[in-house]
Amino acid sequence: MATASTGLPEHHVAHHFDSADQEFDSVKTGMWLFLASEIMMFGALFVGALVFMTLHPAAFREGAHHLDWRMGAINTFFLLTSGLTMGLAVIAAQAGQQSKVRANIILSLVLASGFLVVKTIEYSLKIHHGTLPGRLWHGEGFHDPFVHVFYGFYFVMTGLHGLHVLIGMGLMIFALIRSTKVRFNRGYFTPVEMVALYWALVDLVWVFLFPLLYLIG
Amino acid sequence: MIAHVHHENINYLKASKGLKNWLVTVDHKRIGMMYLASILCFFIAGGTFAGLFRFELWSPLKEFLTPDQYNQFFTLHGVIMVFLVVVPGIPAALGNFILPIQIGAKDLAFPKLNLTSLYLYWIGAAIALYSIVAGHADQGWTMYAPYSLSRNPAVLWMMIAAFILGFSSILTGLNFIVTMHNMRAPGMTWYRMPLFLWAMYATGIMQIFATPVLAITLLLLLMENFFGIGIFDPALGGDPLLMQHFFWFYSHPAVYIIVVPGFGIASEVIACFSKKDIFGYRFVAYSSVAIAIIGFVVWGHHMFVAGQSELADSIFSFLTFFTAVPSAIKVFNWTATLYKGSIELRTPMLYALQFLFNFTIGGLTGIILAILSVDIHLHDTYFVVSHFHYVAMGSTMIAFIAGIHYWWPKMTGKMYNETVGQIAAILVFIGFNVTFFVQLIMGSQGSPRRYYHYMDQFQIHHQISTIGFVILASGLFLALGNLIASFFNKSVAPANPWGAKTLEWQTDSPPPLYNFKETPVVTHGPYAFETEKA
Ligand SMILES: [Cu+2]
Repeated sequence: MATASTGLPEHHVAHHFDSADQEFDSVKTGMWLFLASEIMMFGALFVGALVFMTLHPAAFREGAHHLDWRMGAINTFFLLTSGLTMGLAVIAAQAGQQSKVRANIILSLVLASGFLVVKTIEYSLKIHHGTLPGRLWHGEGFHDPFVHVFYGFYFVMTGLHGLHVLIGMGLMIFALIRSTKVRFNRGYFTPVEMVALYWALVDLVWVFLFPLLYLIG
Repeated sequence: MIAHVHHENINYLKASKGLKNWLVTVDHKRIGMMYLASILCFFIAGGTFAGLFRFELWSPLKEFLTPDQYNQFFTLHGVIMVFLVVVPGIPAALGNFILPIQIGAKDLAFPKLNLTSLYLYWIGAAIALYSIVAGHADQGWTMYAPYSLSRNPAVLWMMIAAFILGFSSILTGLNFIVTMHNMRAPGMTWYRMPLFLWAMYATGIMQIFATPVLAITLLLLLMENFFGIGIFDPALGGDPLLMQHFFWFYSHPAVYIIVVPGFGIASEVIACFSKKDIFGYRFVAYSSVAIAIIGFVVWGHHMFVAGQSELADSIFSFLTFFTAVPSAIKVFNWTATLYKGSIELRTPMLYALQFLFNFTIGGLTGIILAILSVDIHLHDTYFVVSHFHYVAMGSTMIAFIAGIHYWWPKMTGKMYNETVGQIAAILVFIGFNVTFFVQLIMGSQGSPRRYYHYMDQFQIHHQISTIGFVILASGLFLALGNLIASFFNKSVAPANPWGAKTLEWQTDSPPPLYNFKETPVVTHGPYAFETEKA
């Protein structure tokens, strides 16, 4: 394995860049701006949820009560740990330890899949209980008439976040493939770094989603 | 090796041939040209819809459109002009072409992403056009809930289109900002950047931070339509005002996404044809950034009569007055630049001066509308219509046309007929002001916008406005014909026909594939005309 990785070719800087540094800085600036844009998008959703919470506090509390905080906690564990393994993958990439990069990315992929499994269980329970948003709602035994709006927020926010988890996993697979084609070193570890940054956003959004949806009330 | 160097020095139009090579190109210049062609087509389409309902308004009764068609046509005019023409307009077409050359780079930082933006634009545009045949879109461009929640397929397709176009816009802005941060040529400091680039920078910031809020709003509207999630729907316990807040949180900055690039072009053209350094360069540069920032906190002025609290009304009214400050700084600085300059009234300059005139009216009428008590009288009248046409058409589109005439020799390597260009510019000036000044008058007399029927007393105003439209349209077609005719001109445009100082004029017309034969080294500011004379 070790001989195979040292046999990998070096990365070539794209023709329109003057240097590897310039390329790396550009990709990094671009990623940060993209993440800023994502934060604005999720931020608007959070503001919407907070507005609904002020308008209908009872509905929000009742909805939150019917979520299982333990499942949320397990998922928080999965995501934070995978954030750690992605960080380790970056360190390994800087050190040029090709196989360690792969091991950490695979570990992150496993943890991310764990998150999706738990999420699927949660969703199927919701479908079973009929606690679906708006017109699809047929939940029983609820007091507040607006609980379904809480579930509107729940499904939109966790759904959009789940989509980001899926995209993040796709990017991890991309970085995995890159690791078999190009040698990483101190001067070139861009793909791993960028996937890790994106994954940090996925973590960050969840760190705010979890208390907002599961713990309030 | 020699063959390779030779290939790079061929001008970008001749570097490779055939439609296929254009469609898969990652050259920012070709992408810019494809944007330009697409945007001009949509400008003609949007203008045609405007012409149709303008003629319908010739009399208070039916001319040739049913009320239903009338509602659809003004919706289509609005959606096409906002999402397909003025928002992408200057950055996507001229910014794409000029920005990398003005900083001395070979391309944008992410050429493939740039091509992706173009395809997203085309896909969004195709879906927007499809929505026309999918049903009746009559909700206006603002798509307010709950009217937009009626599961009207045309409205749904229009939302999907706007969503996709939003991503195209975000990616363009991101690409520009990264390029300006990381790809500047040696010696190109921030304060040596042409003011067009400062404007592109401010626009990019707004695209990146405001557009995602529009994206999520559209996503929620779609979810609302498909599943009735109840977040915006008052019938389900949701809050329709929240939708309006989200919408204007994007759409007010969008006004500046529209107009700030116009400021940039005005600065370039005015400096070049006065042969003087821009008066107060840093003030003009910073005022673009200031507008971008203040633009984020004034959205509530669109909701004075929508039922937000009086306190919120007053705060938003107060903040809105502040937006006038950086705009006024610019107008004063441009005027000061003209003062004692050796002014050449070439075609681009004629448009730049029109821009100054129209933008002053557009800006001042905006201040009038920011006054709470006055706005409640003028809300939803032709006064508002006229105000934003003075900004979007009279300022942005006119600046766009100024830019097209200014950079045409660079982009195509051809010179257009100067006399015809000037006649067209004068027709556009007269036509535009006849069309819209009269709308300020009828609006102040209380004539409401968007109505199919109107009171007899306003017929004369409508007729004058329609005549203005005819003059404006003939001016625009004359300008377009003049530009197209230049392709048949055998002589090649010189590298620097206007004697400008910015970098794009220091390379060939049209530029070689990688913009410069050698990476330029910058030793002076963008408008160093005075040092030359000394
Ligand atoms: Cu506004």
